[in-house]
Amino acid sequence: MARTVRAVMEAEPTAPAPEKLTVTLVINGRETRLSVAPWTTLLDTLRDRLALTGTKKGCDHGQCGACTVLVDGRRINSCLTLAVMKDGAQVTTIEGLAKDGALHPLQQAFIDHDAFQCGYCTPGQICSAAGLIAEGKAKTVDEIRELMSGNICRCGAYVNIVAAIQQAMGKA
Amino acid sequence: MINFQYARADSVADAVRQIAAAPTAKFIAGGTNLIDLMKEGVERPARLIDITHLPLKDVTETAGGGLKIGALVPNSDLAYHPAVEKRYPLLASAILAGASQQLRNMASTGGNLLQRTRCVYFYDVATPCNKREPGAGCSAIDGVNRQHAILGHSAACIATHPSDMCVALAMLEAKVHVTGPSGERVIAFADFHRLPGDTPQRDTNLEPDEIIMAVELPAQGFAANYTYLKLRDRLSYAFALVSVAVGMELAGGVIRDARFALGGVAHKPWRDPQAEAVLQRQRPEEETFRRAADTLLRNARGFKHNAFKIELARRALVRALAQAARGTPQSQADKKIA
Repeated sequence: MARTVRAVMEAEPTAPAPEKLTVTLVINGRETRLSVAPWTTLLDTLRDRLALTGTKKGCDHGQCGACTVLVDGRRINSCLTLAVMKDGAQVTTIEGLAKDGALHPLQQAFIDHDAFQCGYCTPGQICSAAGLIAEGKAKTVDEIRELMSGNICRCGAYVNIVAAIQQAMGKA
Repeated sequence: MINFQYARADSVADAVRQIAAAPTAKFIAGGTNLIDLMKEGVERPARLIDITHLPLKDVTETAGGGLKIGALVPNSDLAYHPAVEKRYPLLASAILAGASQQLRNMASTGGNLLQRTRCVYFYDVATPCNKREPGAGCSAIDGVNRQHAILGHSAACIATHPSDMCVALAMLEAKVHVTGPSGERVIAFADFHRLPGDTPQRDTNLEPDEIIMAVELPAQGFAANYTYLKLRDRLSYAFALVSVAVGMELAGGVIRDARFALGGVAHKPWRDPQAEAVLQRQRPEEETFRRAADTLLRNARGFKHNAFKIELARRALVRALAQAARGTPQSQADKKIA
């Protein structure tokens, strides 16, 4: 039976842990309560439990960036994040960027600049770029490239990705 | 991934109590290295103790004019902290030279110190590794050892420490504040990480039941004359083949004080007081820098795939000393090396 994280905290440290813990995640603005095993990553929770398959599993080791989502507004690798550790967090995935039927400026910019070929890395690229714009540290092309280096594109669409981000930065 | 129990610590004392009660447990903060190692089966804790709710997230001024950085301050927040940018730009630069922004957003200050080597044989549980399994043998010595050590290695282990941040902290002579069942203690940065010797399974002198509370920076930040020069197989998001952190104090055209630390070359950030002494009271000239580099590498020994790193380290140090002396630190965005 699922128990809350608080209940586990109050249990004896040597007591056997329950198989699943209840967490509440605010995903794309919607509060979602679910029970997860401690070893379930945020990535697997999104994809397998909540059918939010926009977030992609690439390497599953934090090396490719395909799983990038925003947690409390900051971009992170969801493959290296345990869902139980994000109880109460706000999670934004690619599915949550468009507002009122209109594409997010980054989504539109990626289309305008043909910033993808196969598209597998694209949700991670766009979430990462949204984090980059929120951080406000990248001003030059060199800085965009450096601060996007955690997102690999094996089709090699980098030039157009940078152009798309520049366009969205102008609108942000 | 392996199955494990999960618990949260709600105070430092509670964390210490919990780890003492469960010796096979591990603390988790950012998780960027630990979860990866658990997916590979290298780390197999029976329980994770989540310390992310502990009050170790502040950067505060010290009485001595330095900074005390809470163990849970994320790497990205530390790099962009106004006091770090202004007074310890070397530290900011080194942090931004490492990992990706996603990982820096997750990774903690304390966790950065405790990350483990990226030696491929340490990661591959199908191969012998003395660090993973003492006595099993070292696969790297006669294996693919491009990323491995040229200084301070042993017959048991030639792994390197992967951190960039720690190279800066070694040069700055930071102190590590830790606490455990027998109370608090302060470890000089030079004494925090270990050389492999015949106990490569131990990366640091932190006891298994101790927790890092903070990293303290002394007042001297070398903000005018410094550089962090990192050389790697691609321009970003790769571990160092060789990196160099330099801090220099110049007065009247002469080096009054100079320190340097190297990354990617040893089991810990590499300092060499004898090589640094070559620079003291000398003019900042290439000939002097070369002599310091020769001293630094006097006992260097490479292996089949990494012997080139001896010459690379020599040139990297000479170039980094010149960058620091000129006051033109290496940019981590524009990759051109001047």
